Amino acid sequence: MNAPMILSPEALAKIDKATTKYPPGQKRSAVMAALTIAQDEKGWLSTETMDFVAQCLGMPPIAVYEVATFYSMYDLQPVGKYKISLCTNLPCALSGANAAADYLKKKLAIDFNETTGDGQFTLKQGECFGACGDAPVLLVNNKRMCSFMTREKLEKLLAELK
Amino acid sequence: MTCLHGRHINPIILAGLDGNNWCIGDYMRRGGYSALKKVLSEKIPPEQIVNELKKSALRGRGGAGFPTGLKWSFMPKSFTGEKYLICNSDEGEPGTFKDRDIMRYNPHSVIEGMAIAAYAMGAKTGYNYVHGEVWDCYERMEVALEEARAAGFVGDNILGSDFSFQLYNHHGYGAYICGEETALLDSLEGKKGMPRFKPPFPASYGLYGKPTTVNNTETLACVPWIVLNGGEKFLSMGRPNSGGTKIFSVCGHVNQPGNYEVPLGTPFAKLLELAGGMRGGKKFKACIPGGSSMPVLPAHIMLATDMDYDSIAKAGSMLGSGGVIIMDETVCMVKALLRLSYFYFEESCGQCTPCREGTGWLYRVVNRIEHGQGKQEDLDLLVNVADNIAGRTICALGDAAALPVKSFITHFREEFEHHIESKQCLVPTYA
Amino acid sequence: MLDLEIDGKQIEVKEGSTIMDAANQLGIFIPHFCYHRKLSIAANCRMCLVQVEKAPKPLPACATPVMGGMKVFTHSDEAVNAQKGVMEFLLINHPLDCPICDQGGECLLQDLAVGYGGSSSRYEEEKRVVADKNLGPLIATDMTRCIHCTRCVRFGQEIAGIMELGMVGRGEHAEILTFVGKTVDSELSGNMIDLCPVGALTSKPFRYTARTWELSRRKSISPHDSLGSNLIVQVKDNRVMRVLPRDNEEINECWLSDKDRYSYEGLNSEERLTRPMLKQDGEWKEVEWQTALEFIAEGLKRIRATHGAEAIGALATPHSTLEELYLLQKLMRGLGSGNVDFRLRQCDFSAELQGAPWLGMKIAEISQLDRVLVVGSMLRKDHPLLSNRLRQAAKRGTHINLINAVDDALLMKIEHKVIVAPREMVKTLAEVLKATAEAKNKPCAFSAQLAALNPSQEARRIAESLASGNKAAVFLGNLAQNHPQSAALHALAQELASLLGAKFGFFGEAANSVGGYIAGVVPFGTPAGKHAKAMLEDPLKAYLLLNTEVELDCHNPREAVAAMRKAELVVAMSAYRHKAAEYAHVLLPIAPFTETAGTFINTEGRAQSFNGTVKPLAETRPAWKVLRVLGNLLGLAGFEQDSIEQVRAEILPDAGADLAQRLDNRLRRQILAAVEIPAADGLQRIGEVPVYSADAIVRRAASLQKTRDARAPVAWMPGVLYERLKLRDGDKVKLTQEQGSATLEARRDDTLPQNCVRAASAHSMTAELGAMFGEITLERAT
Ligand SMILES: Cc1cc2nc3c(=O)[nH]c(=O)nc-3n(C[C@H](O)[C@H](O)[C@H](O)COP(=O)(O)O)c2cc1C
Ligand code: SF4
Ligand code: FES
Repeated sequence: MNAPMILSPEALAKIDKATTKYPPGQKRSAVMAALTIAQDEKGWLSTETMDFVAQCLGMPPIAVYEVATFYSMYDLQPVGKYKISLCTNLPCALSGANAAADYLKKKLAIDFNETTGDGQFTLKQGECFGACGDAPVLLVNNKRMCSFMTREKLEKLLAELK
Repeated sequence: MTCLHGRHINPIILAGLDGNNWCIGDYMRRGGYSALKKVLSEKIPPEQIVNELKKSALRGRGGAGFPTGLKWSFMPKSFTGEKYLICNSDEGEPGTFKDRDIMRYNPHSVIEGMAIAAYAMGAKTGYNYVHGEVWDCYERMEVALEEARAAGFVGDNILGSDFSFQLYNHHGYGAYICGEETALLDSLEGKKGMPRFKPPFPASYGLYGKPTTVNNTETLACVPWIVLNGGEKFLSMGRPNSGGTKIFSVCGHVNQPGNYEVPLGTPFAKLLELAGGMRGGKKFKACIPGGSSMPVLPAHIMLATDMDYDSIAKAGSMLGSGGVIIMDETVCMVKALLRLSYFYFEESCGQCTPCREGTGWLYRVVNRIEHGQGKQEDLDLLVNVADNIAGRTICALGDAAALPVKSFITHFREEFEHHIESKQCLVPTYA
Repeated sequence: MLDLEIDGKQIEVKEGSTIMDAANQLGIFIPHFCYHRKLSIAANCRMCLVQVEKAPKPLPACATPVMGGMKVFTHSDEAVNAQKGVMEFLLINHPLDCPICDQGGECLLQDLAVGYGGSSSRYEEEKRVVADKNLGPLIATDMTRCIHCTRCVRFGQEIAGIMELGMVGRGEHAEILTFVGKTVDSELSGNMIDLCPVGALTSKPFRYTARTWELSRRKSISPHDSLGSNLIVQVKDNRVMRVLPRDNEEINECWLSDKDRYSYEGLNSEERLTRPMLKQDGEWKEVEWQTALEFIAEGLKRIRATHGAEAIGALATPHSTLEELYLLQKLMRGLGSGNVDFRLRQCDFSAELQGAPWLGMKIAEISQLDRVLVVGSMLRKDHPLLSNRLRQAAKRGTHINLINAVDDALLMKIEHKVIVAPREMVKTLAEVLKATAEAKNKPCAFSAQLAALNPSQEARRIAESLASGNKAAVFLGNLAQNHPQSAALHALAQELASLLGAKFGFFGEAANSVGGYIAGVVPFGTPAGKHAKAMLEDPLKAYLLLNTEVELDCHNPREAVAAMRKAELVVAMSAYRHKAAEYAHVLLPIAPFTETAGTFINTEGRAQSFNGTVKPLAETRPAWKVLRVLGNLLGLAGFEQDSIEQVRAEILPDAGADLAQRLDNRLRRQILAAVEIPAADGLQRIGEVPVYSADAIVRRAASLQKTRDARAPVAWMPGVLYERLKLRDGDKVKLTQEQGSATLEARRDDTLPQNCVRAASAHSMTAELGAMFGEITLERAT
């Protein structure tokens, strides 16, 4: 009944604020925001975290799980400290995304959907970010977009994150 | 910077931007919010705005090209309950990246456009659904919205009138399908982004079951200019049935990828020239002119085509979202199709049978061909499977998955056959 | 109305109809998977694509609204081509191993594939494999077979009222599952199996036990709750293998509760009694029927001679058939005793009714109500499908109001509710009555008793809700009927209904709760006698028990067992060996409903007769025959019936045509002693009957006994109590009533009323306790 607090008061306040965007009785509209906030804080979405979000928004847990598994930026498994998602869609591929992918895989010694042994990096293959003009593009932890990722810029980025 | 130099032709939305002048003060110095002020101070009747849009021949910039004025007129006028206006900024169509620049460099044009649109349709609440991957745009829109609220352009009794409009940003989190307008509505309702069967159309049963209009970011950003300058002026900038300017996102093998706002009807050759021509002086081979969901066309056809809805349609493709993907002679068309097929396979929402099952089938067969395991019958099989998907699904993702397959095979059949026969590529792999 | 043409046939349909509706009216079959007439339209399978004149592409019949003048072709080349294309897609990832699939032979996909599938597949890629899920003890999964029609998901959301299954993931990775590690616990869950058009969801107990073509199908009627669900009983080798719903829109629609569906396992239980038995010198011996019956006849005669006929009583459960009940009371009255009753869980017998208490309306009429008050009911569990009718009504805007002792989730919108201790329910209902009288500005029968009452806010809201409707109804549930002041609740509810111009009814407790009255198994015939409570409070010398396990079926099991132990003769007629072995002298194996013909009169007063579906097990005999022979042995008149039809004709002379006149909820005398809360400061027990403990068959249904609803009883209590005893989850408490006690795990439930402890009855773990709603004390168990 009185479930333990899974998220910090700050995160809860943010979720509360997100719910005010929607009409009364439509709290569940904030589920994407709530899951994003929860993932930002926890690094990934465990069953426990999703249960908690379900309770916060008065949703059936399975409905939260449906949402979390539908949108590709939610992680239902632990990821590295830095999750690097690289767009490899056609426009990016035309401008060097495959070379960037090869470089990252070699440098980090992992394939897509893998995490480095030290838990620092996870590599993901992304679909179109809507930034094809800046190709190759990648996202660090979903929110920081890096453009024109030539070999030099990738090197710099990895050095900065290490 | 991708779009800010004086490389557009008669720009409307991207005019005067330098990458930093996105704040409300800058926008107002450029004449921003005067359209909204005009509407409210002159108490322009909503029907008049809708008429002006009809005259402008503004067509939806989200992909389907539906006439905007006509769409607005579908909103039930006598309905007294809540009505919603949605801005579709879930730009995820490969090759398209214009809404991102509109949001980060000229966010207030969208807000003002939405306020006017809401006024014209009697909507009291609006949401701007922002693609999850462009988080900085979401944050920028949040700041801009605060500015607009503080300045009284959004909220209760806007500019002292009796018009109130509440506007919020909502972010996606990685699902191409949410760009489809009814999937977007489900997503906004806190569900999986699964497209809805139509009818009922959003205008009668939309967000939370209420009358709703969904417009693309670029579409809405055109609205203030039309209100200020009149529909006829907008129309005259483009072509009949294709009014105004359009932002083309040019990417791929060009020297200067980026957004180019040009009048509709501008020759493709001109656009290619603006984008700095072919990268490395290589030979132009093929182009997808309207975002990856539209049919690919070989270079010679593209070079003879103008960039407007009707001309591109006549050439055998569609203007779509205006994402122009340029491919040079080094591109293997099998590999290019493979990547696109994988995309639609990955992004199918999975509810309807032909798309859920068919996109995977297409991808796997193309994959076999690419890897030297194809058979000649596979080409007919691909076309037939694509035909069994197209037009039989709930939403147009099914068509989007089918059209590339059919057009690639139609225009570049010999490359596919070569792959099958000699188990290798006709062209050297691209970098 | 709109005109259209389908395959050249003209038809007129209502505005808003779909092409599928129109085709159904015409009797034209359009292939489909996701469409189901009771569920929302998903239009996701695409199997129902048809050609529509002027439409540029084929349209799904299930979702496309009819427009006037439409011309539809369901078998044109375009339509068939589209349907075949969809079928090919459905099959590419579907295993083609029907011979090993449990759905084989009754699979919609298999059936349609014959008509619409190609002969060989063009798909050469690897097929998808989906991991199976554990959904609990009732539903087996084979998820690779799932075709993503989402019927099961929609069923949960729309009918069961709770979303337990979802479709997670996206695209080809989409799969149906529960939340990680959770099971499907709805009391209606088995319907998902029927809805699943393929072999993805099948019955776990039935799995691999038989193929559909080996089964014979017989019609029957559910013997459990008072709805009288229509059944198809499937039989192989004289054994019941499976139970499925038989459509009856007026009763169960196309649904079955899990209790109705899975209880059949209890029919095949190891505990079945197979031979008559006599206790001789403290030892049970198997005997011939003749021996057993002669023993009983002699015993009864002897007791009548020494103690008088009034020393003999009969207790039956309302799960017995009409014919059995009738012959039982006939036998008793023949002996000269009026001590007969089937209302074993009732404890207040002061109400005198004009007829048999019933729903007060047709079941289907529930769907038309716009205002409802339910008093005292574990609605969802006691009446799963009546509850669904209310849920669907609530969705359409019907106000459902509630006065109850627990606040269990009903999975429907409850307009207003008052949750109070059972002892406060009379006062609460009186408040609603008073508030209604005020709102309506009408006098009411009990103004004197109500004078001092000051209705609470919530009572007023309920009154307002009820008064604002056009078609209202007031219902008393099982808890209200078994309540210590059930007569007062009855009087108040009746008065409330009459003030409102509303219907008034009872949610009958069991299959023959109406039938028991019609059969006369009530002590106010001629001769009159003692009711159930009196027979047990003040022990008799001999008891005939029909299907009754007194320790589980009576209001006060402690008192009941004590009475049995004191008797000189206890005859237990039952399909099972049970605790009667400790107190009875004779055990007679009688047939459960599948092994005898009989009749149940459901809560709307509909008599539904059925025949046996299998032969009686071993030496088992139908109880009506046993009673008839016993009547003969006792030399009583009127036991010459040769057939069940003759017995039935005695009870229902015009085949039940006059039944309607024998139903009447009205009290003979409008009495109401007091509405004040009886002074008591102790704790009150809320001893409801758990759904899978309600009758002898379900108690032995192995799979149902593994569900969450069948978990061992725990002592639920509100936070104050819980904290006062410094309890933590997992701690045990000792509950005591009269001299009996039970030790249960303690749990906190802050929605319970103060001063109440909720501890289920009808369970072996609480059989030592006393009355269902009696006083109870509580201490920490050491
Ligand atoms: C698969 C799919 C993806 C789509 N993605 C987008 C998108 O990212 N942005 C957009 O504005 N419209 C997108 N659309 C089109 C929308 O459904 C809708 O037509 C559009 O937002 C309407 O706005 P408009 O009339 O201003 O173009 C997509 C459609 C489909 C079928
Ligand atoms: S076409 Fe694909 S994306 Fe669209 S509704 Fe059907 S399954 Fe979903
Ligand atoms: S029955 Fe119409 S789409 Fe499934």
